Amino acid sequence: MMQRTNRRKFNRAVAGLGAAAALAPFGIVRAQAAKLKVGVLLPRSGFMGFIGQSCQKGADLAPGVIREMLGVDIELMNADTETNVDTARTRAERLIQEGANVLVGPFDSGAAAAIAQVAEQRGVPFVINIAAAPQITEQGYKYVFRNFQTGVDIARNGLALIGDLFQATKTAPRTAVYMHVNDTFGQSNTKAIMALMPRLTHLPFKIVDTIAYDPAAKDLTVEVSKAKAANADFLLLVCRLNDSIILRREMVKQRWYPMGVVSPGSPGMYEEQFYKALGKLSEYCISNVPWYNPRAELTKVVEKAFLKQNPKDKLVFHGLNAGFTFEAILIAADSFKRARSTDPKTLTEAIRQTNITSKMMLGGPIKFNAKGQVEGIGSACVQNLNLLPTVVLPADAATAKPVFPAPDYKRA
Amino acid sequence: MDPANLVNLVISGVLTGLVYGLMALGLSVIFGVVRVVNFAHGEMMTIAMYAAVVLFAALGLDPFLAVLPVAIGFFVLGYALQAGLINPFITRPEHSQFMLLVAVAIIMVNALLIAFGPSARSVQLDYLLESIELGPLLIDRGKFYAALVACATAGLLFAFFKFTRTGKAIRACADNHLGAKVIGLNVKRYYALTFGLGSACVAVAGCMMVLLVDVTPVLGPAYTLLAFVIVIVGGLGSMAGALLGGVLIGVSESLAGILIQPSAKSMFSFALLILVLLFRPQGLLGRRS
Repeated sequence: MMQRTNRRKFNRAVAGLGAAAALAPFGIVRAQAAKLKVGVLLPRSGFMGFIGQSCQKGADLAPGVIREMLGVDIELMNADTETNVDTARTRAERLIQEGANVLVGPFDSGAAAAIAQVAEQRGVPFVINIAAAPQITEQGYKYVFRNFQTGVDIARNGLALIGDLFQATKTAPRTAVYMHVNDTFGQSNTKAIMALMPRLTHLPFKIVDTIAYDPAAKDLTVEVSKAKAANADFLLLVCRLNDSIILRREMVKQRWYPMGVVSPGSPGMYEEQFYKALGKLSEYCISNVPWYNPRAELTKVVEKAFLKQNPKDKLVFHGLNAGFTFEAILIAADSFKRARSTDPKTLTEAIRQTNITSKMMLGGPIKFNAKGQVEGIGSACVQNLNLLPTVVLPADAATAKPVFPAPDYKRA
Repeated sequence: MDPANLVNLVISGVLTGLVYGLMALGLSVIFGVVRVVNFAHGEMMTIAMYAAVVLFAALGLDPFLAVLPVAIGFFVLGYALQAGLINPFITRPEHSQFMLLVAVAIIMVNALLIAFGPSARSVQLDYLLESIELGPLLIDRGKFYAALVACATAGLLFAFFKFTRTGKAIRACADNHLGAKVIGLNVKRYYALTFGLGSACVAVAGCMMVLLVDVTPVLGPAYTLLAFVIVIVGGLGSMAGALLGGVLIGVSESLAGILIQPSAKSMFSFALLILVLLFRPQGLLGRRS
């Protein structure tokens, strides 16, 4: 039997709807205050896909660890930048439209610069996990923060560690050939290295040739041939993952065995895929990079959560990527806890006041300077030994001694 | 610059160029007969590369041995694609054909992403890290074998079109569509056969390419573009032109990399393309329409 709607029922329904509508904003405010929506932008596909997925592991474990640590609830809103700057920009726009309170990511400097513009325009805080181009925090942005070394810092620390490496191994190579990826990251690193080299008079070597190459290169025959022709003692390399694999294979094919392959600060050679793709050919490559402190309390907590989520994986292969991504989300959560609000301005102000002393990555506390940059992040000399990235310098954090020159070294 | 090093690079460029040429040959054959530009060409080659990787991972099949099953599979796929999907578009405007094949390409890329994820995959064989030593010259063993297979496949294809009845019939369809119909040839069937042959050619190129580069799902568009550059330089529709174009692009990239700047490699091949378009629009071995 059909029920008829009479005047009283209608009035009651209207009153109910009115009350619901009036109370809804309070409900929204309460929901916002209870949970922080973090938009995570990473290159999970494209030629940086491996590294993006490695970073994602750090993001995935963050909600659980942070709930335990700070009692803060986080909702991750994941977006794939597809290793494309334009996609990064549009994904950032969409995340904000869908209600992200803070953006985190995106591993790559080009994408970070694009997302930073969106964050500024929309007034939403953006915490960079990994991206080194110095100009990102030199634009006077109010909503952009970076917990990662700038290219200049990476190069300075990386070159200093090269000096330490030569000292520790009692070697003095005279020449280096410098190869770098020709993207925002590679160019900013190159600029920094070229500016620093003349001042680092204690370094015994000269750069005899500089070779830039396409980061999406599928064949590096010409580049390696040119580098080999330089007859340098060792290869100084600023690379990404896929190109570093292609380059290493090409070195073997062209029978080029320099004293070593040393990165003054770039991804690639400590990544799990590098070992998987190259096996024993990955051995002895050196990366001087910001790294995690294996002895820190937080590292142990993160490692436990990491192994729970990735039982077949090892944190050591993802330490840098997962560590900095986790810390970026931690910064957002810590600020949210202090701000007690998701209001962008309040949250941004809280991020600016961050002072996290219990951290995972090497270096001092997480504190932002006026430009939104954390200073004093440390680097380690990480060498591939027994198919594992192993800290060999600085001595107080080292778990093995550095091997240089590589055992297969053949003088040119 | 050490002359031996220069010769090494020219040889490397020729070997890589021959594989590029084989890839472009498929495109050229299809366009030369069916008059449809296959915008899914690079994506088809990427699928062939994945097929070789899967056969290697599952059965330990060397890509040189995988050539036959993959080529047969691709022949069937190409035949079905032309007979079922492209033939109805033959008489439609070119932009419809263009959109159809772009759609096919996008579907292929996304299907590969779903199936294999974004990670790069490769075939790891010991001999791929070896070089053949000839005095001061070092020739990449993998590239050398791949180039031999490319030459053999191109030779077989030339012979097929020159000496077999079916090959001659296909050429007749290409030369005079109406005339072929008048003498009773089943043109649509020959079109499907041609698309099948072009696809098989791409399959062989894919199996060889996986020896030279790692494969990712997003590799396709770059190779489609490269195939276009090669066939335009060599002459659209000319089989010999496709091989010549491939070798020219391979060698010019090598030389530009060493004599100018490695990052200028691609720029140089596009400069070559512009020069050909300006001074010989029909391509080096193409016929003026």
